[in-house]
Amino acid sequence: MLEIKGLTACVEDKEILKGIDLVVPDGQVHAIMGPNGSGKSTLSYVLSGREGYTVTGGSATFDGQDLLTLEPEQRAAAGLFLAFQYPVELPGVNNANFLRTALNAIRRARGEAELDAVQFLKLARAAIKRLSMADDMLKRQVNVGFSGGEKKRNEVLQMGILRPRLAILDETDSGLDIDALKIVADGVNALRGPEFSALVITHYQRLLDYIVPDRVHVLAKGRIVRSGGPELALELEATGYAAVIAEAA
Amino acid sequence: MSAAAKKPAPLEAVAGAFLARYEARAEPDAARAQAADLFRTGGLPGPREEPWHYTTLRPLADAVFDTPHTDASDLLARLPGIAAPRLVFVQGRFCPGFSVLPAGITVRTGAPAWGTLARPALEKLVALNSMLAEDGADIEVADGVDGGTLVLASLASGGAFHPRHAIRLGRSARLTLIEVNLGTGTYLNNPVFSVSVAEDAILTHLRQQTEAPDAFHLSTLYAEIAARGTYDGFLLTLGARLARMEVHARLAGEKAVAHLNAAQLLGGSQHADFTTVVTHDAPATTSRQTVKNVLTGRARGVFQGKIQVSRIAQKTDGYQMNQALLLSAEAEIDSKPQLEIYADDVKCSHGATVGELDADQLFYLRSRGVPEAEARSILVRAFLDEALDPIAHEGAREAMEGMIAAWWDGQTGVQGGAA
Repeated sequence: MLEIKGLTACVEDKEILKGIDLVVPDGQVHAIMGPNGSGKSTLSYVLSGREGYTVTGGSATFDGQDLLTLEPEQRAAAGLFLAFQYPVELPGVNNANFLRTALNAIRRARGEAELDAVQFLKLARAAIKRLSMADDMLKRQVNVGFSGGEKKRNEVLQMGILRPRLAILDETDSGLDIDALKIVADGVNALRGPEFSALVITHYQRLLDYIVPDRVHVLAKGRIVRSGGPELALELEATGYAAVIAEAA
Repeated sequence: MSAAAKKPAPLEAVAGAFLARYEARAEPDAARAQAADLFRTGGLPGPREEPWHYTTLRPLADAVFDTPHTDASDLLARLPGIAAPRLVFVQGRFCPGFSVLPAGITVRTGAPAWGTLARPALEKLVALNSMLAEDGADIEVADGVDGGTLVLASLASGGAFHPRHAIRLGRSARLTLIEVNLGTGTYLNNPVFSVSVAEDAILTHLRQQTEAPDAFHLSTLYAEIAARGTYDGFLLTLGARLARMEVHARLAGEKAVAHLNAAQLLGGSQHADFTTVVTHDAPATTSRQTVKNVLTGRARGVFQGKIQVSRIAQKTDGYQMNQALLLSAEAEIDSKPQLEIYADDVKCSHGATVGELDADQLFYLRSRGVPEAEARSILVRAFLDEALDPIAHEGAREAMEGMIAAWWDGQTGVQGGAA
């Protein structure tokens, strides 16, 4: 269970998060929607431990463990996964080696046996097939020369292989056509279960047609101004952020 | 004060010691005498000479070369495990007991292999080598012969030595030459190579400079490549406190090709200088240089690359890229590209980049569970990929990868210890 209480955070002395309260119980998918500049990406980076974001108050725990004091790799080992809005290119790093290194690092941190190349390839090929991705995806350099859609699918592939307990999807739908959107949504839905929860950050309601959330939260100016069921996303789509935010204020 | 002023400059004293060693030799020898005259007049290269602007031999003046060990079998054990014949030199002298002679290649040892390309009048270290050379390998691969793989190793534990090697490939001949330099203690290795590649021949020259941390490595290589021939060189520099690897490659025949790739990984107060002069002297010739530097501590890397294109060398294709990854605030890279183009229809490009590890890439890896030290190692290896990937000899590439990984572990150990 992810529990965020009164979380405030700054980027270069500018306060972006102004007191976030949020609970995502195990097995649930919550969506965070909000206009540009509302702090959506900042929240995802603060939770995953990116440098340059200073937490000034509040707390964030995952299964009772204080997330904010952990290194990024420790958060990953604890079960957290961030699907990047802009996946990073790693020239000179082979995708298969990258995935196996990541998986084995996480398994090692959890005290599980590492997978050898054969075991890993079997697992990776199955994941690739589920995501309707090309086989050569594993042979390519990480995200290098990938189209926008391929990069996002690669994020979902990583998620499928690392099998996190809490996934944060930071605008994973941006730049995707409808087919890719469905594939990405299928990838997330395949992980759903009592042991998996997700925070789906998005600007548009469209993704939530395919990943149906348990709860929807509206983030504006660094605070959650409204929460509701999936119908809130539809309302936002119909009336726009301005109306919902004004109403909440 | 006046007494100090009369003392010779430090490098003159070093040169004087080399001359004394020459003069102590018994037998007169015209070739050596000529070199000695050049060296007596010219001495060692100094900072006033443009090609030596970034690299000073001054540390030689304070070095005391060790007395070599009598047994070098511990060094022999450190040769990479490559299943190939090998020519092993110990302190610059051929060691038959350590060597496995190749079949199908002509090899002569026991005397310097002078070759035809060296220019002692222009390169002072080559004059020094010519004056004091004692031994070397004369390697010849006949027309049409695939010589396979041959290891040429230098093991050392002391002294100053000046090996003189010549490699000749006949028409359409092939050879992969794996050059290994390693040792222990304080010593000077000053080899000179004369490399001739005939028409349609391909020489792959994989060079491993893993000299001892207190050693000096100063090498000069001359290569001449005939029509459609290829000199495919890769240099891995990890060792020596002071290293200068100088290459003069002349593309002498139409469509000749030279690759001078390198990876320099330096830490502590190491200094390594890769200096190349590529002369395009025939039409449609190609040169490629990808040089990668990874520098930590107070290390200093130098790359000087000159591309000369003569008037007849139309359709020349020259490319040069020098990239440096600076992993500490005190590390330094000096990059000096030079193009001299006298033909009008050529394609020549050069570039240089300097940077640190990319914070976004580091975070991306860590967010996937990869610990920071491992993530850094992955990114350093990725940075080197462009230079390492073209190495076709799998055994040699794996051996070099292993050495790079060990180097990295050593560096992170040092950093961890200091923290």
